[in-house]
Amino acid sequence: MTGTKDIWVLGDYRNYFHSRVTLQILARAAGLSAKTGGRVCALVFGDHVDEYVNEYIAHGAETVYVIDDPALKDYSVENYSFLMTRLVKEFKPETLLVGATRFGQEIAPRVAKYLKTGLTADCIDLDIDAKGRLVQIAPSFGGNLIAKIITPEKRPQMATIRPGTFQELKHDNDAEGEVIRLPLPSDLPAKKIRCIRSEYKPSRNRKLEEADIVIIGGRGMGSKRKFKKLFELAELVNGEVGATRPVVYADWISHDALVGQAGKHVKPRVLFSFGVSGAIQHTAAVTDADFIVAINKNPNATMMKMADVAIMADANQVCSGIIRAVKEKIRD
Amino acid sequence: MFKIIVCIKQVPMVSELPWDSKTGTLKRELAQGMMDPASRRALEAALRIKEDRAGEDQETHITVISMGPEMAREILYEAKALGADNGVLLSDRKMAGADTFLTSFILAEYIKKESPDFDLLLCGSQTSDSETAQVGPQLAGELLIPAMGYVQSIELDDGMVRVQRHVDDFMELLEMDLPGLLTIDQGAYSPRYVALEGIERAFHTDDIRTVNAGDLGLDRDFNALKDSPTRIIDVYSPATRKENQVLKGAVKKVVGQLFDEYGKIISGAMGKDLKTHDHEGAK
Repeated sequence: MTGTKDIWVLGDYRNYFHSRVTLQILARAAGLSAKTGGRVCALVFGDHVDEYVNEYIAHGAETVYVIDDPALKDYSVENYSFLMTRLVKEFKPETLLVGATRFGQEIAPRVAKYLKTGLTADCIDLDIDAKGRLVQIAPSFGGNLIAKIITPEKRPQMATIRPGTFQELKHDNDAEGEVIRLPLPSDLPAKKIRCIRSEYKPSRNRKLEEADIVIIGGRGMGSKRKFKKLFELAELVNGEVGATRPVVYADWISHDALVGQAGKHVKPRVLFSFGVSGAIQHTAAVTDADFIVAINKNPNATMMKMADVAIMADANQVCSGIIRAVKEKIRD
Repeated sequence: MFKIIVCIKQVPMVSELPWDSKTGTLKRELAQGMMDPASRRALEAALRIKEDRAGEDQETHITVISMGPEMAREILYEAKALGADNGVLLSDRKMAGADTFLTSFILAEYIKKESPDFDLLLCGSQTSDSETAQVGPQLAGELLIPAMGYVQSIELDDGMVRVQRHVDDFMELLEMDLPGLLTIDQGAYSPRYVALEGIERAFHTDDIRTVNAGDLGLDRDFNALKDSPTRIIDVYSPATRKENQVLKGAVKKVVGQLFDEYGKIISGAMGKDLKTHDHEGAK
């Protein structure tokens, strides 16, 4: 379809206070549109959503398409995907970006399917190539590699973007944007999913995300029994224990401790990484650590290469060594 | 009879895979295959529904589908050994290289043709090799059925399911009309395993049907790689971040070095003083 050069961003406002991903994508969209032309637009669906409309304008949206109706009170993949599809067909943006929140990861594939276009999951960067096409940069092959992906023919080009990937623009109260208010379509299908209860319930273990010392164990710790040593170390150093996916799958620790794309992002002052090889889904979630100590027998492990100090040794033995050393060194 | 279809995938044990340090690529040809851990949880959810219903004398039929190379047959045998009733492998050179759009299209083509009367479709939330979390929702989009992701518990009711999930910091209780699709959260439905003899028995006694592009009635010139709407134009290894110090040798020695050189950083983050090697307190 021949369309505009516009870049659309889905306003995923439900997580507003802890995931600012929509604002982050708006900032990047502004950079991309400087190369391609076209406007940066936000889409907002819901009931009484003016505060978000204003917020998106203050953060770089030039145009906001809004459908504000009591029927859209529930955050609903069914309703929102129907509306997004309808609007894209009508206004023909070149690009459609969605935050890789869980809601975004449910709605974007559905919309891409309805529009018969491609979708790249969980991008960690976006660019524009010489032909003006969106280059979607995302982890691939089990996180060991990064792939550059394009959507050569189909439009819009679609991608979900990992939260935290881009820096939001400063809030600008004086920014002006166009607000296009659209009526709720009369043919919105009846919902097949009904919300009985939805309760704001932040994940129990926020400690991991806020800890100054984080201790992450990978499969290189050897066994569930040996993995438990990390808790002893954590106790000694006022740290919190996190884990990689294989460890969580092996039930050495609860899923709550998963650090990675599907889990938590950490930003400690010191990160100890024991026996972790470093798939990008994991490493991307630890890059904000100020100082990384990695312990692994394999010096070529990605985690060892991104560490400030890489200790080439058995993770489990070094853990015991550090526990002994800290015990000796703690002043009472 | 309640009919469940579970989509499962064979994935390489990537963390075990050797690297080609020259090209920066994985030696994927050396990969051992395993059932994707998320798919395993979806299968587990199906098996538990079947068991619960059997307790009430109600029948359930589980079909397990996988798309992949011939080698993926192994995980279908394993699924049958675990309790699935039927296994189908969608395999054809023309299906190789499919992105999520075409993978969901091919799976949907099979389901429309061979099992259109299913009640519940289950998938893992995201496979361990690509983690896109897209095939489940796209399959539902292709079949025009409702779907919910990251489900932690399932309760069947008349013509619907009631599910609980925790997404984006919201604990939700939802109900969905059937037929519909659910993807199972990575922290739910801890899977059972089966002894090797069980898989071997399945291997000797069970039949896994193979379905190719022609069986599905796909176009003669169908080519998943070519027809996928997305295209990979470059692949590279993630850049490593910094020049670092490598410590090696005896454990006692390296731990000593760590604290001698970086003790202040560590003690600062701990919020406790540590004695240094010369018995002066760190600041």
